[in-house]
Amino acid sequence: MADTTAIGSTRQSVPLLQRIENSRMALGLIFLLPAATLLLLFLTYPLGLGVWLGFTDERTGRPGIFIGLENYEYLWNDSVFWLSVFNTLLYTTVASLLKFGLGLWLALLLNEKLPFKAFFRAIVLLPWVVPTVLSAIAFWWIYDAQFSILSYVLQKFGLITGPINFLGDPTNARASVIAANVWRGIPFVAITLLAGLQTISPSLYEAATLDGATSWQRFRFVTFPLLTPIIAIVMTFSVLFTFTDFQLIYVLTRGGPVNATHLMATLSFQRGISGGNLGEGAAIAVAMIPFLLAAILFSYFGLQRRRWQQGGSD
Amino acid sequence: MADTATSTARAGDEGGMNYLERLPRRVVTVYLPLAIFVFVLLFPFYWMAITAFKPNEELTDYKNYSPFWVVRPTLDHIRYLLLDTSYPGWLLNTVIISVAATFLSLLASVFAAYAIERLRFKGSRSVGLAIFLAYLVPPSILFIPLAVMVFKLGLYDTRFALILTYPTFLIPFCTWLLMGYFRSIPYELEECALIDGATRWQILTRIVLPLAVPGLISAGIFAFTLSWNEFIYALTFIQSSENKTVPVGVLTELVRSDVYEWGALMAGALLGSLPVVILYSFFVEHYVSSMTGAVKE
Repeated sequence: MADTTAIGSTRQSVPLLQRIENSRMALGLIFLLPAATLLLLFLTYPLGLGVWLGFTDERTGRPGIFIGLENYEYLWNDSVFWLSVFNTLLYTTVASLLKFGLGLWLALLLNEKLPFKAFFRAIVLLPWVVPTVLSAIAFWWIYDAQFSILSYVLQKFGLITGPINFLGDPTNARASVIAANVWRGIPFVAITLLAGLQTISPSLYEAATLDGATSWQRFRFVTFPLLTPIIAIVMTFSVLFTFTDFQLIYVLTRGGPVNATHLMATLSFQRGISGGNLGEGAAIAVAMIPFLLAAILFSYFGLQRRRWQQGGSD
Repeated sequence: MADTATSTARAGDEGGMNYLERLPRRVVTVYLPLAIFVFVLLFPFYWMAITAFKPNEELTDYKNYSPFWVVRPTLDHIRYLLLDTSYPGWLLNTVIISVAATFLSLLASVFAAYAIERLRFKGSRSVGLAIFLAYLVPPSILFIPLAVMVFKLGLYDTRFALILTYPTFLIPFCTWLLMGYFRSIPYELEECALIDGATRWQILTRIVLPLAVPGLISAGIFAFTLSWNEFIYALTFIQSSENKTVPVGVLTELVRSDVYEWGALMAGALLGSLPVVILYSFFVEHYVSSMTGAVKE
């Protein structure tokens, strides 16, 4: 398309447009421009702005001034904040462990030879596809204090006498939101682990069986070691998304009863947006960052060592 | 694509050790637990659907009607939703915002992924890593500063606020996904084209993109679903009823005081889920393979 004479001529006479085209650096920067602009403007800058807001007393409609660590000092002495930290850790730990256990189990089941396997695989992913808020509304109805279908069934079987107050009692409410979160999280864990399982060669199992391995030993010494890299990735994502969860709590309990289910994200919303204390809300959000970094680093180094182990054992 | 390759490779081995298992044992260890899993995972949808079609008198009367079935199905809740609330407007908003955000993100991601994966300029590896790290930044720590920015930019309570902020989580995901697809396209094709005098633009539009169509579809439906499901930004940046998206509208406008209209709520949840479920059912294979592919990288 470009005139062929340019090839024969000296470098100076090559038009600017073509010089850019031949420079991978310049072309690379141009190609990156749209993505970089959007991400720097709406991701990197707000991240920095959030840290800055945490040091100010900004409120909605009034610019804040720098107040140093006052927000953090206030939070340090705020029992509700510490309760939300505890809740977040409890929620993340319990929900992630359950998601991992049940997800792995479901993945192993789906990895069996089954009729309509593709159909099952498609069906199982549904809770993950449907908008969280909308499925959470369905859970809200399932957990209704008076007309809960769970209470109805348990009463039919004579297991309980009155309806269960699912979301009104602190312990029940915590268990209920964790159950809803696990319900939504299982498909993601199961389907990704299933993909990992399918890459494991069946001949390894045959070899192990010939050597007299029981089914537990086959799982423990063949499946599990080969699956650890993908488990590390899936669980990192799962932990990150559970830790920063907002939607489910906002729909089901709004942090109640008496803050028993407040997570850091919901507390940040309540103080920052509903309450108008943008500075304090941002400080709560910033307080989440160390936990997130710890989770990422933990899995990153865990993953590294695994890779080395596998490479070394060959 | 890789999925089908492994499954055909496995086909030869299939049934290798299955003769060792007897049927009754399989029922207890495989079919029964699987049935329970499927039941638990699907029950909330059943409950959602059945409630949406129940007339109000059946809804809470568990004595005279079995709660698990609907005797006289009614479309009242759906009619109420479509005619007496702003629900159609929310649906339209959600479609516009999701399509625009998806389109914007795909456009930016195609260029970014091609630059990182194929132009291999100095520092492209670290840019790739930075984009991956961007995916790990959760919206829950960004919504307050973004709300401040959106307000200052005068975008508060407009669709643009969402169209411009959704790419923050869509671009990292799409770029990462497309990088994997571009990597699978042989270099030789591009080299041949370069020798034949094609420009980078021609290579991208005539060679790489047509070969990466499955990846584009995956990234597109993923981005669309993620935008459709987004909640916290839509809740924070939108104030007026006519600009709300479906998840926010259903939750904030259909719940009035203490009287919950469960029928209308469930109908709203059902209608709001249907588009993504239908889209998903058309592209299940793309969906599953891209989800697993993105994690496997």
